[in-house]
Amino acid sequence: MDKGLNNSRQDFPILNQQVNGEPLVYLDNAATTQKPLAVLNAIMDYYQHDNANVHRGVHTLAERATESYEASRDKVAEFINAPSRRSIIFTRSTTESLNWIAASFGNLVVSEGDEIVISELEHHSNIVPWQQVAQKQHATLKYIGLTADGELDIQSARELITDRTKIVAIAHASNVMGVVNPIKELAKLAHQHGAYIIADGAQAAPHMPIDVSDLDVDFYALSGHKMLAPTGIGVLYGKEALLNMMPPAQFGGEMIDFVHHQDASFKELPWKFEAGTPNISGAIALGRAIDYLNELGMDNVLAYEKDLVKYTLPRLLAIDGVRVYGPPDPDKHTGVLSFNVWGLHPHDLATGLDMEGIAVRAGHHCAQPLMEYLNVEATARASFYFYNTQQDADRFIHAITAVKEFFADGIS
Amino acid sequence: MGLAKLNELYKEVILENAQHPKHYGDLPQATGKLQLRNPTCGDVINVSVLIDHDQIEDLSFSGSGCTISQASASLMTMALLHQPVSRARELVMAFSHLITGESITSTDEDALGDAALVGSVAEFPARIKCAALAWHAVDEILGQKGADFND
Repeated sequence: MDKGLNNSRQDFPILNQQVNGEPLVYLDNAATTQKPLAVLNAIMDYYQHDNANVHRGVHTLAERATESYEASRDKVAEFINAPSRRSIIFTRSTTESLNWIAASFGNLVVSEGDEIVISELEHHSNIVPWQQVAQKQHATLKYIGLTADGELDIQSARELITDRTKIVAIAHASNVMGVVNPIKELAKLAHQHGAYIIADGAQAAPHMPIDVSDLDVDFYALSGHKMLAPTGIGVLYGKEALLNMMPPAQFGGEMIDFVHHQDASFKELPWKFEAGTPNISGAIALGRAIDYLNELGMDNVLAYEKDLVKYTLPRLLAIDGVRVYGPPDPDKHTGVLSFNVWGLHPHDLATGLDMEGIAVRAGHHCAQPLMEYLNVEATARASFYFYNTQQDADRFIHAITAVKEFFADGIS
Repeated sequence: MGLAKLNELYKEVILENAQHPKHYGDLPQATGKLQLRNPTCGDVINVSVLIDHDQIEDLSFSGSGCTISQASASLMTMALLHQPVSRARELVMAFSHLITGESITSTDEDALGDAALVGSVAEFPARIKCAALAWHAVDEILGQKGADFND
């Protein structure tokens, strides 16, 4: 039996269980991924041997904790090819990273009459923070449109990104449409007009090699829990010159250089942004998750998922009454498959699939403007990772047909 | 187990009410109206109620959602039509207990009629919100009405 890329399935004990009397097929990886034993053990190991606060205290445990925490920063920098560890800030999540960029950097560079450009396929976390900046600064928020296939319309981007644009903020990969956006091209376009570009990497960093230097993005955000690490740890990458300009979003211990009675000076990058005791075990676990992904090789992860999509997407499209959102061409589609079955509400479908042991998401995927754009209330979404297999895809396809028949026939 | 368990949730009367909902539409002469959304899925339900002499003379619902939310709304209109406001609120409370797995009196169960069949949703925790949406809306309308009458 197929055991996932490099037999990785055996590293994820959670996958080996029955749900509603059926073997679990976990296809909700765009929401959060499962964690391998190596990551779980890294957390246990840290608390059993090294637990102490970082950057303070001269004792041995504090030294070990600091060393591991900072080593994770180096791993992140290398993983996304950041030019320097000073550009890597640990946050709580992609959402927190984007909020900090919007509140601290956005409010610094956007003023009245300026324009902020996002796209129709953004997650709420890359929409609402920019709405707040636009409202506060009396700026305008503009949306790049999509092609008929659900890809970002580069022609629309060329029309909307002008000398009035100060910020371009775009998902690197969509959590609904399963497309990868041309960030490098958009960065060039933004920079030609003197604008800054921010990429939301939550759905890209877990699934493909990331090179922020080659993309030439000004900021990049990602979440640990979507790439094998626990919840509560995220990353904000920024170009050093911009991070130096940007005021801290939070103040307190850890981030200060010296505090007087009336004012304070701040530490240098990256610590200037990390106020208070950080998520030390989370950062260390993220470092271990990155080791795990590097052992697999991100090129191999990308290729494996591409093969799974090539296997699954045509079979899904072949089911009568199924509509898949995003490009029908598997070469243009990531492992995120959003779809609807005609006449069946996605919640009813998801409950049916759950009875067959198959975990999918149903709802608006924190992308209500996109749902409005697509003129649907909600969709179902199956999202794959490297530990999923062709057998998982077969069970998924078969279960959709069975649930469809159940509702078509009424009571069986 | 598989799909057999679906029969417990999607009973014939539930499928029938979702496909052909009762009292679907707007009520122009309504004395109280409310729209509620389920923020986790985007479902929307509008409930309209006409109260006369402290009794529900008419009520209707509209909106979009899954089988459970539509059927539950339809069965609610059947259960609450012509009920006194205070009795209707008791039945909303009984329904709320039923769908969270608590027991209710046989009098309340009889009064709920087919709506009591939605009670099996208690075994599908992720779907309880779908079943509750319309009932929350009507309860809020009736609560406002009650306040008015006390003035």
